[in-house]
Amino acid sequence: MALAAPFVPQSDDEVLETLPATLGDARSRELNRMRAALRADPHNLQLAVALAQRYHAEVAAEGDPRYIGYAEAALAPWWDMADPPVAARIMRAVLLQFNHQFDPALADLKAAIKAQPLNPQAWSWLLAISLVQGHFDLARTACGRLQSLAPPLIAAACQAQIEGLSGRSAAAAEALQQALRDHPQADADQRLWVLTNLGEAAARHGDAATAEAAFRQALALNIGDGYLLAAYADFLLDQGRAAEVLSLLAGRERSDLLLLRLALAAKAAADPRLHGWRADLAARFDAARLRGDTVHQKEEARFALWIEGDAKRAVELAASDFKVQREPSDARMLLEAALAARQRQAAAPALQWLAATGNDDLRLNALAAQLRQLP
Amino acid sequence: MKGFRGLVVALIVCSGCVLPAAAHKPSDSYLAITVGDDGASPITGQWDIALRDLDFAIGLDANGDGQLTWGEVRARHAAIAAYALARLVVRGDGVDCPVTAGAQLIARHTDGAYTVLPLQIACAARPHRLSLSYRLFADIDPLHRGLLRLDTPGATRTAVFGPSAPTQEFTLATPSRWRQFLDYADEGIWHIWVGYDHIMFLLSLLLPAVLVWQGTKWTAAGSFRVALIQVLKIVTAFTVAHSITLSLATLGVVALPSRWVEAAIALSVVLAALNNVRPLVHRRLWIVAFVFGLIHGFGFASVLADLGLPRGALALALVGFNLGVEVGQLAVVAVFLPLAFALRDTALYRRGLFVLGSLVIVLIAGTWLAERLLDFKILPL
Repeated sequence: MALAAPFVPQSDDEVLETLPATLGDARSRELNRMRAALRADPHNLQLAVALAQRYHAEVAAEGDPRYIGYAEAALAPWWDMADPPVAARIMRAVLLQFNHQFDPALADLKAAIKAQPLNPQAWSWLLAISLVQGHFDLARTACGRLQSLAPPLIAAACQAQIEGLSGRSAAAAEALQQALRDHPQADADQRLWVLTNLGEAAARHGDAATAEAAFRQALALNIGDGYLLAAYADFLLDQGRAAEVLSLLAGRERSDLLLLRLALAAKAAADPRLHGWRADLAARFDAARLRGDTVHQKEEARFALWIEGDAKRAVELAASDFKVQREPSDARMLLEAALAARQRQAAAPALQWLAATGNDDLRLNALAAQLRQLP
Repeated sequence: MKGFRGLVVALIVCSGCVLPAAAHKPSDSYLAITVGDDGASPITGQWDIALRDLDFAIGLDANGDGQLTWGEVRARHAAIAAYALARLVVRGDGVDCPVTAGAQLIARHTDGAYTVLPLQIACAARPHRLSLSYRLFADIDPLHRGLLRLDTPGATRTAVFGPSAPTQEFTLATPSRWRQFLDYADEGIWHIWVGYDHIMFLLSLLLPAVLVWQGTKWTAAGSFRVALIQVLKIVTAFTVAHSITLSLATLGVVALPSRWVEAAIALSVVLAALNNVRPLVHRRLWIVAFVFGLIHGFGFASVLADLGLPRGALALALVGFNLGVEVGQLAVVAVFLPLAFALRDTALYRRGLFVLGSLVIVLIAGTWLAERLLDFKILPL
């Protein structure tokens, strides 16, 4: 279980661990202050929700899932309630969806919307989850509601996002670019989201130039978003530009997501660091399996297929993942694994999804065609 | 507008909903518990807990510089042990087993440095059912999990402790009787194979088994069946005798100083081999086997003591071991007897193996006798 045998450090000055945030850091001071305030008054809903939101924001910034546990602890008085106050309910949904418990999260959000039909947070999380699960009707409903509740750039972009996933990626890319032009003064956070989506939509129908430009602009915003880095890295890997991935993600091994891309790039570029990264990733997946976590299955499938060469295991993992998440990347994983393992039946759910959503991703459709050729 | 930071964070973070779940690692502790064969020793364990989690719970960073040094962690060892042990309850058959922690070490896991608490779990007697109640960090991080590995003879189990399963029970099977019996029989066979003095004694008695003393000389025995019966009588007498004394010695009824026992064993080999050259006893060798077998039994007792005896299965161990010795001997016989019988008429056998062989045995055993009496060693055996 441990990486090495237990030992007694040689000197009292030996540094064993660097804590995620120091007391001198303003952010962590604020967190500690809020935590102390809540400890003095644990049933204060406002304090609890505020602290939970701050913890959740930490996860978004650093990618460290321990904060989700802390956030859940902050909401302890309301966590097991069937009918908690709306603010707690929405926060509960946010934390549940983090661990891929999408159905309970949706139930909470729908109840929150029933109580507060104009709550923008509830609708935006509803949109997000429905996109992950591939429920486009629900997504369209949410997007419609958000037209009057969300910032204009977001409102314009969410439509395009849905269209892009339903077979009109060229039109979606156009619409996203137009939205960016129409709202030049929008917040950097919002622009980041739109640009990332634009990059993905453009890549989908093979417009590499637009995709590249969009990702680069997003990076230039300097917001340090792990998801953007992963998406751009995937684009570069698909373009055969593994060396650029290695420099893009240099020093980002702490994040499992990014470590996976580093390992994939190292494999493609025959970089000797592959050996160590591979061992690290295997250890992390083992650690997750020990505790019964199944939220990494897509990443583990990709690891199994492309780094370990175990197509059979990749199919199992990808199929299990696809039951819960149905984004293009989940479908792609299942199709690639099934093709490598020559198991046409296993790809059936992804093929059905492709037909139902009409997704026009060139690569996905090529994979589907190859699968149909199998006996 | 205020709410929208949250909204945008939602959309960014959930474009894929992938980033948050995969980066870094949720909180785990690793608890390994080992239950030994014998109930005499306390149950031991090792508990690895992340320093980062302990800092969040009770504070370890004395100078607040964001770095945990060994000195800072060491200073908080008592507090760490108290905090952790207060949140772990072990019960054996419903009765609390006190848990104590030894000196802490450090171990590195995929997500950072952990403190390692060596545990002693003192259940009154080896329990049939072991229950664990785990609630470490439950109030500050409900996503924390305790990962248990329970090692018992014959099985290793794993379990995950968390708020939804804080108390779990495990049935500890006693090692199967059959398995224990076989283990001791194995040891018996092994110790005859490597017990050169015992083997040589046996051979000394077996060598004349295919011959018949005619008053002045040895002649070939008539039938294989007769020879076989002779041999079986010798071997069985030897086994019965050493079983008796082995059991007496093991049960503590008789205790002889090992130096004298070892010397006597060597002497028995000398005498048995000499007897082949100058037969004083040439019939009913099985009586010789019995008498000297009594001495050899004391020799095995120390071996058995070293193996460790299960309190609840002493008879089992003794019977198993003795049967193992018998089986080992029969194996030697099975190889030796057909060969000896076939060769019994030849000069090679009568003068070579029998006489010369016996003399060689006298020499070796004589050296052993000297070594053991005078407490030195020259032979590699």
